[in-house]
Order: sequence, then C-alpha cells, then structure tokens
Amino acid sequence: MTKFDKLKELAVQGRLSRREFIGYASALGITAAIADPLFMSSAKAAPTRGGTVRIGHAHGSTTDSLDPGTWENDFTIEMSFAVNNFLTEIDVDGQIKAELAESWDASDDATVWTFKLRKDVTFHNGKTVTADDVVASFNHHRKDGSESAAKPIVSPITDIKADGPNTVVITLSGGNADFPFLVSDYHIPILPATADGIDWKSGIGCGPYAMESFDPGVSAKFKRHDGYWKSDRAWFDAIEYTAVVDTAARGNALVTGEFDVISRPDLKTVALLERRPGIDVEETSGTAHYGFPMRVDAAPFDNNDVREALKWAVDREELVKKILKGRGVVGNDHPIGRSNRYHATEEELPQRTYDPDKAKHHLKKAGMENLKVKLQIADAAFAGAVNAAELYREQAAKAGIDLQVAREPDDGYWSNIWNKQPFSGTYWGGRPTEDWMFTTTHDKDAEWNETAFKNDKFQKLLVSARSELNDTKRRDMYVEMQRIVAHEGGSLIPMYNNYVWAKAKKLKHGEQMAANWDLDGHKWQERWWFEG
Amino acid sequence: MHKLFILVAQRLALGLLTLFVVSLIIFLGVEMLPGDLAQAILGQAATEETIAAMRERLGLNLPAHIRYLQWLGGIVQGDFGTSLANDREISELIGVRLANTLFLAIVAAAISIPIALTLGILAALYRNSWYDRTVNVVTLSFVSTPEFFVSYILILFLSVKMQAWLPGFHFPSLSNVSWDDTFLERLYAVFLPALTLTLVVIAQMMRMTRAAIINLLASPYIEMANLKGLSRRRIILKHALPNAWAPIITVVVLNLAYLIVGVVIVEVVFVYPGLGRLIVDAVRTRDIPVVQACSLIFAATYILLNLTADVMSIVTNPRLLHPR
Repeated sequence: MTKFDKLKELAVQGRLSRREFIGYASALGITAAIADPLFMSSAKAAPTRGGTVRIGHAHGSTTDSLDPGTWENDFTIEMSFAVNNFLTEIDVDGQIKAELAESWDASDDATVWTFKLRKDVTFHNGKTVTADDVVASFNHHRKDGSESAAKPIVSPITDIKADGPNTVVITLSGGNADFPFLVSDYHIPILPATADGIDWKSGIGCGPYAMESFDPGVSAKFKRHDGYWKSDRAWFDAIEYTAVVDTAARGNALVTGEFDVISRPDLKTVALLERRPGIDVEETSGTAHYGFPMRVDAAPFDNNDVREALKWAVDREELVKKILKGRGVVGNDHPIGRSNRYHATEEELPQRTYDPDKAKHHLKKAGMENLKVKLQIADAAFAGAVNAAELYREQAAKAGIDLQVAREPDDGYWSNIWNKQPFSGTYWGGRPTEDWMFTTTHDKDAEWNETAFKNDKFQKLLVSARSELNDTKRRDMYVEMQRIVAHEGGSLIPMYNNYVWAKAKKLKHGEQMAANWDLDGHKWQERWWFEG
Repeated sequence: MHKLFILVAQRLALGLLTLFVVSLIIFLGVEMLPGDLAQAILGQAATEETIAAMRERLGLNLPAHIRYLQWLGGIVQGDFGTSLANDREISELIGVRLANTLFLAIVAAAISIPIALTLGILAALYRNSWYDRTVNVVTLSFVSTPEFFVSYILILFLSVKMQAWLPGFHFPSLSNVSWDDTFLERLYAVFLPALTLTLVVIAQMMRMTRAAIINLLASPYIEMANLKGLSRRRIILKHALPNAWAPIITVVVLNLAYLIVGVVIVEVVFVYPGLGRLIVDAVRTRDIPVVQACSLIFAATYILLNLTADVMSIVTNPRLLHPR
C-alpha cells in the first residue's frame, strides 16, 4: 500500500478532515487542485442500502389528512415527498430536474407546456403511471369548491389534457417561464386516477416509499417501494415518523437514541446538543424568512417616509443574534433569498443597516417626529415573534419612534390579524423562483398580498419577467423588482431563518443539500443513508 | 340492600344530567374561543374562498344552537359523529386513545396503590418515628414538584445517564406504544410515565391512610383493645383498618380518576398517544365533536368513580349498609 492509498483510506474512514487530507497530500507532492476532488471522491463513501430510520417531527396533528390539498406542516409535506413523485423535482443545487416528466417543452410565449412522462413508473399497487393520472391529479385542485392550498398555482391553468398515454399538455392564461418549478410543489403529487377524481384516501403513490400505517398526530410508517425507478435513491428499508410537538421530548429522544434525526431542535439549547458525541447539528440557509408587513393602504404606513423610517429603525444583526441565535442571515426587505437564482448582490442593492439617524431624517421629512405605531403580534407568526417585537420596540425608541407591541392570541391569528391589521408579523417558507414568490406576496391581486402593495412599474415587470426566456434580461428585471420592493414596499424583512435539524452521526448525506425546504428540501428520506 | 340500588339509580340519573350540563358548558366554551376549525386548519394558507368552502362542507356556517342540537341528537342515538378535521369516526379515533390512557392509569394504579397503602399503614404503626418523617418528607416533596419536572428528572437519570451506567439498557424517554407490541414491551414503554404518575399520586393516598388510622386510634374501642394487651400490629390491621376503609377508598378512587383525566402533561412529555393529547389537539383546532366526546368521557369517568367510592364506602361500613 502506498502512502497515498493509506491517506485515502483514512479519508474514507472519516479520520481525516478535508484540510488535513490536502495538507498531507501536498507533502506527497500532490497539488490541492488534484487533492481536493480526490478527497471528495474517497470521503464520500458510496451510499449503502438498508436500515430503518426514525425521525421525530416537530409538527403533526390529529387534523392531518391524506388529501394533498390540505398538506401544510412538516409532517405532511415530508410524507408527501416520501410516498409520491411529482412531474419535476428541485435538485440539491436549487435547479429544476426531471422526475415523472422526462422532458418538457414550452411554446414561444411560454403559455403551452407539453410534458413527456416516463413510461416505466408504477404506483405502489403495480399500476403504471399514465397521463390520465396526471390530469386527474391537477384537476383535484382545480375543481369547483376546491379547498386546496395549491389553488393559486393551478388557477392560471385554463386547460389540461392527455395527449396519448405519456404526454400531458397544459395551457396557461399567461406565459410563465417558471412553470416547471411550480409543478414540483408538494401539494401536487401524481396520484392514481379514479372515475371521478383521484384516489387519495388509500395513500398509494408512486414515490420511493409505500405507506404502511398512518395515525394522524401520532405516527406514520413506510417501507421501501421495490419497484422505485430511481436506482441511486431511497437507501433505507423503512422509515418511521413520530410527531413530537414538545421540543424537550424531541431532543431527549435523539440523545437516548430513540430517533436518528429530529426536526427543529430548540435553538436555545441546540449548542448543548451539539456538544454531545455522536450528534450533528446541521443547517441550510434558504428562502425562509420572518417579517413585519406594513399595509401601505393604511395610515400612517401609506407614507413611504414612515415606512423607510421603520426600516432603518430595526437592528437586523441583533435580531439574528438574539432571536435566531445566529442561525440565520439579515434580510433586506424583499422576499428573495440568497439561494434564489436572481438574488440582488450587495453592489446591485446594498444591505440596509441599523441607522436611527436616517430613521429620524425620514420622520422629519414626513412631519411625524413623534411617530406612534401599534405592532400586533403573536408567537403564531413565527417562533420568538413577541420577543422580536419587544427588541424592535427598544431599537425603534432610539429613533424616537413609539412602537407599541400589542400581543394578540395565537388562535385565529392568521385569519384575524395578519393580512387584515396595518402592522403585524409574518412568516414565509419562501419559494424556489422569484416569480412564484412575488406573485404570491406582491402581485396587486394576490390573496396573500400582505402589504397591500400596488406599484405599476413593479406590476409590469412582474408580468413581462414571467414569460421572458432571456436570462440576462430576466436578471435585470428581478433585481429592479427587489429594489422597488425594498425601497417603496411595505415589506419589513429583518431576517432569514436557517433550517436547523439534529441527527445521529451515522446518518450520512451528500456534500450539498437542498435549501428550498427544511431537511434537504424535505427529501432527506430519499437522499440520505446509514453509514455502512 | 335495595336502598343501595335506589341510591345507584338516583346517582346515575343525576350523572346523566351532569353530563348534559358539561357538554353544554364545553360547547359554549369552545364556541367563545376566537377562530373556528376552518381558520385553524387552513392557517396562513387561508383565503376567503377556501374558508367559505370548508365551512359550507362541514356545516360550520349553521347557527351554534342548531349545531349543538344536531350533535345532541346523534349522541342520544349513540352516534358520536365524525371528526370535523379528518372525517374519521370519533368512536374509532377515541377507542385506541382511551385504551392507551386506561392502560397507563392501570399500570400506575397497580404500582402506586399497594405502595401507598403499605407506606401509610406502616407510618401509622410507627408514627412520629424517623421512618414516618422520612416517608412524609419524601412523598410530599414529589407531590409538590410539577409533574413535568419529575418527568425530566426521571428521564435524565433512568434514560440518559442510565446508558452510561448500564451500557445497552435504559428506559425509553418516548412511550411509543402500539397494540401490536407484547404486554411486556408495553410495560417497558410506559415505565417512566407510570413511575411519574406514581410519585405524583402516592403522597395523598399515603397521608390519608395514615390520618384515617391515627384518627381511629383515639377511639374508646381501640383503647379497650390496648387494655386487653393486643399487639400494635393486630390493633391496626384487625381493629382500626376495617373502619378506616371508607375515607381511604374515597381518596384512592379520586386519585384513580386523576390518573385517567389528569395525565395531559405526562402524555405530552413522554409523547404517549393517549386521550389527553387528543383533547389538547382538538381544542387547538376547534374540532368540537372530538372535544365534546373526550370531555364526556372524562366527566363520565369522574361520575362513575365517585359513585363507586360512595357505594364501596357503604358496603364496607355495616352501619351504613344496614341502617336502622
């Protein structure tokens, strides 16, 4: 065995860090440019099949149902990705990737989309996935009286039809270059068609794992679907979910080895968890963010100087440090995250800082030096929302703003306070594309336009960027839109929260992880494996 | 003897009335909370349209009194209805949870009652001794500590630290029971929650046993027994205890009721799929039929156990059983 082989073996066993490996390798006369990829290929030991993986979920309630239109929490979203496949998937690098659709084409104006399906995919009951199943799965959200949360995504669809057993043609009311991203949404799995809709009650899908049992609010069990078409995915033999809403109980169970991974550990004590041997705390930084939306149609927020003053008066760094315990990054008052493709860089849109003097200047300009505003908040808005509001009150006081924090009940918060009252708190998981995000929250007609934002220039850009297929032009448009929202909008977005989880060291994953959702884009179950 | 039957019948009739009032109060209480099921389920994703569609489907747009009467009509016919949230039959939803809660309560009772009675009788026997004081202090400390704290202390020592002390063995901090498990597996899974409940309920039963016996020790007939020269043990077990049963049974049964209806916190900490977690979940989502069904079960448990306590007090007391 040569010295270099010995090094490689150490790397495979995980006994050398990347830095040490490169150091030793260069001592042997191998340059870093060659050593680095060598380390990657040796350290990333091939995934091994087998094992039952157990996860403790922070979410899960007795109201959970198998109806895809109702999925909204970690438990059901993850179940969706375990049991089902979608037309497309978002890969670990944030790019769109083929899943059930092996290829797709758009008309020049991006209104007619043709998806070609894979021919070899079967549902867990052995039936082949066809174009009819796809049509029925989309129509489930489109039908009259639909209560589906995916309605905003499917409402631009004017027609969807099967063209033969393996082709689906979808016509949109307006061009949308990002449509393949939209159909990766967790609400729209491809489920078996029935005479008058889809069969969602049986829990049969065509994804990596078949459902064995599901007890809402308690647990769910899955076993590997042997006929799964992706040969390099779905390494576990079986998966067990347990809903553990109590944070301390979740952490305990990971420490005692009853779980292999837990979602959303308590940020206050996660440092202690990190110190325990055999446990990794990991995080990804994506599009999820917390904010304080101001409705621009209500006084005094109808005055842009007031909005500017409130934006300058928040100390973002302090909020990230104290509310997120450092597990996040500062926001710049627009909903486009760093993992989005067209996120505006520091040169394109400088980061807003904490500057009470600038805030005072804007207040003076507005003639409201003794500004008094009421922030209506509840912890339902986001974890630590009330504390964040209290911190903000202290910070704003330095700019002479009297910010009153009104604590509202958690119950009914989303229906009665958010999107109704002039100044409240909000939470967004973010969206993988700029258009999807802006259309959801800043389109003038959007149901969830929480800031009542209406801007003609922005609106025009939104529509033209949607169908623009030239990448450079598109980038310019989206940067301009971020600028408009940050400088003229009612969005006050001080922080982007990281997705944080804790897992046993024996659970392995690839170098890069998806940041579009928690836990490797909620696809850890098909991407991760146990160390062999 | 027939007087006993009349009493039972009367109490049962009153119990039914109580249940009706309880259901009305619970219904009004949940109605008064802000938000309804549609808003709770849809959360941030709610739109006017989807909320309206869901209310229409579930009949939430009907006036409150009509919804209550519909529900009452179902109950009278023995139909608990379906959960608004996920369309599941409530009887099916509750059945497993109730069985889990009862299992935990029975295990806890099987551990705590014999221990409490023994400790209490011994404390009366050696009253004011070091033993008596130690037992009092220890049990009272446990009952004065919040349940969740006792739970976490037990988890720390018997679950987390245990792994270091006894490699390969520890009690699970998660009571994930399923009815596919064997009886022994289930006992192992509920050991920590059962122990927590035991520590919480033992003090009251122990103190009541001790007090009831000591109270009787001052009576003339015990003095007579003393003068006859009987042993202390014989006086307490043969002469005092039979007359002390009534108060002891009352407190034991009340604690049994607590073991069934008061375990919400313990269920949450140990993630035990019992009735307590179900009702918390249902209140949060305003799933009124489920809340009502759970409350009725809890209320009925109290009523029946109280009745049992009364009947047993009468049966164990000849003077009450054969009044002149």
